[in-house]
Amino acid sequence: MRRTPLYDAHVRLGAKIVDFGGWAMPVSYPAGILEEHRATRSAVGVFDVCHMGEVHFVGAGAAATVQRLVTNDVGRLENGRAFYTVACLPSGGIVDDLIVYRLQPDHYIAVVNASNIDKDVDWFQEHRGDACDIQDRSPTTGLIAFQGPRAQETLQPMISFPLERLRTFSIATDVAIDGKPVWIARTGYTGEDGFEIFCDAKDAPALWDRLVDAASKVEGKPVGLGARDTLRLEGRLPLYGNDLSDETTPLEAGLGWVVKLDGDDFIGRDALRAQAAAGITRKLTGFVMTERGIARHGYAIYDADGAPAGTVTSGGPAPTLNQNIGLGYVPTRLSVTGTKLSIDCRGKRVGAEVVSGPFYKRGRK
Amino acid sequence: MSAQYPDDLFYTKDHEWARIEDRDGTKVATIGVTRFAVEQLGDVTQVDLPKEGESVKQAEVFGSVESVKAVSDLFAPITGKVVKVNSPLADSPEYVNEDPYDEGWMIQVAVSNAKELDALLDAEAYQAFLREQAE
Repeated sequence: MRRTPLYDAHVRLGAKIVDFGGWAMPVSYPAGILEEHRATRSAVGVFDVCHMGEVHFVGAGAAATVQRLVTNDVGRLENGRAFYTVACLPSGGIVDDLIVYRLQPDHYIAVVNASNIDKDVDWFQEHRGDACDIQDRSPTTGLIAFQGPRAQETLQPMISFPLERLRTFSIATDVAIDGKPVWIARTGYTGEDGFEIFCDAKDAPALWDRLVDAASKVEGKPVGLGARDTLRLEGRLPLYGNDLSDETTPLEAGLGWVVKLDGDDFIGRDALRAQAAAGITRKLTGFVMTERGIARHGYAIYDADGAPAGTVTSGGPAPTLNQNIGLGYVPTRLSVTGTKLSIDCRGKRVGAEVVSGPFYKRGRK
Repeated sequence: MSAQYPDDLFYTKDHEWARIEDRDGTKVATIGVTRFAVEQLGDVTQVDLPKEGESVKQAEVFGSVESVKAVSDLFAPITGKVVKVNSPLADSPEYVNEDPYDEGWMIQVAVSNAKELDALLDAEAYQAFLREQAE
């Protein structure tokens, strides 16, 4: 298994290590998934996301190449700004979901899922335009997420850059922590305010210790992949491999807001235009369990008449809500809020009901 | 906090325990999951158990336990009729994590055949089994 630069730190903290797509990653620390989840909602959580991929697009043709690869409108990005988007196949199926940052007019970064790095880099290279160098800097880049309502106040004393000036989906590149250069982005995958901090891989262990120490002073905690999953599911943030795949389109996944069909051309646009014109026939739909049971990835979904309706793509407990929740693709007519469904939980049909929007939404300050 | 693996319990290789008591000539087994099981499961969020009066059979599934991440079957250490269910677990599944040998017990069973106890491990043998598995 591959290890991030923080592997030894996880072992020292007593983490339970699991194989996550070939990476030895902490699923939880001794506090446990529920406490880590709550710490992130109430204070701050520190996450090792060094396994994620950082792919740089450099050169005069960088913007054109990125635009060809992603569905969102690259032209609207200014320096230091970012957006969430997907890269599609010509069929409209999703290659990966990613965040694209523009550092300079000739320098963009895509942060991609760990399990997709090799596939993505091959895909990007294959569709590279003129005057664009594509560099996979994942192995030398450290990435630590620092997420929660107390993230800003906890991080601020370490840096001179005023974080209140860093807007959501922005990145500051001229920052240092303990004399080491870092980039700080106001992005994340928890449904909370927070930051993702890029550093040199060799600086990651010291930065991790510093962040975990600062977090612990405000009752924050290191957080493993277990709570990362419950947090993102409550925020209704899709997970590639579960909720997104090369056989689902962004329109079906409810990601139409990152697809600019009238903007510049990108791979998959024709297929997505056709799908938009014809109307989607199935939709990624959120549900809450109305009876006792926990839906899991792969469980079958039925409509109110007991006819097969789809499959659960993500499911589990929502610790903040004290409910069990899930996502799955169902025919569009069944995706209407309030529709009754049932889930086959290991041979038992358990009632569920369609809900719209994020399951959990943080309060505005 | 109770001992990791109390000496007075019988254990299965599926990580359940049974505490045997004599009640008016009938052997009653109180059944739960071990500290090891709890550490593997992580936070338990739901426990599904049989009802009073139902029968369970040694080495067969009698219920399931859902943690945040996954669902796991529970295997009966012994055959018999369920005489009592720890109903507070329905609302407080965290007892399984907090106190697996006491508050976190799951069912009590009137033992049909005491000879089946021979198939179970004592605390020492169970810990030896855990060490073996870890290698």
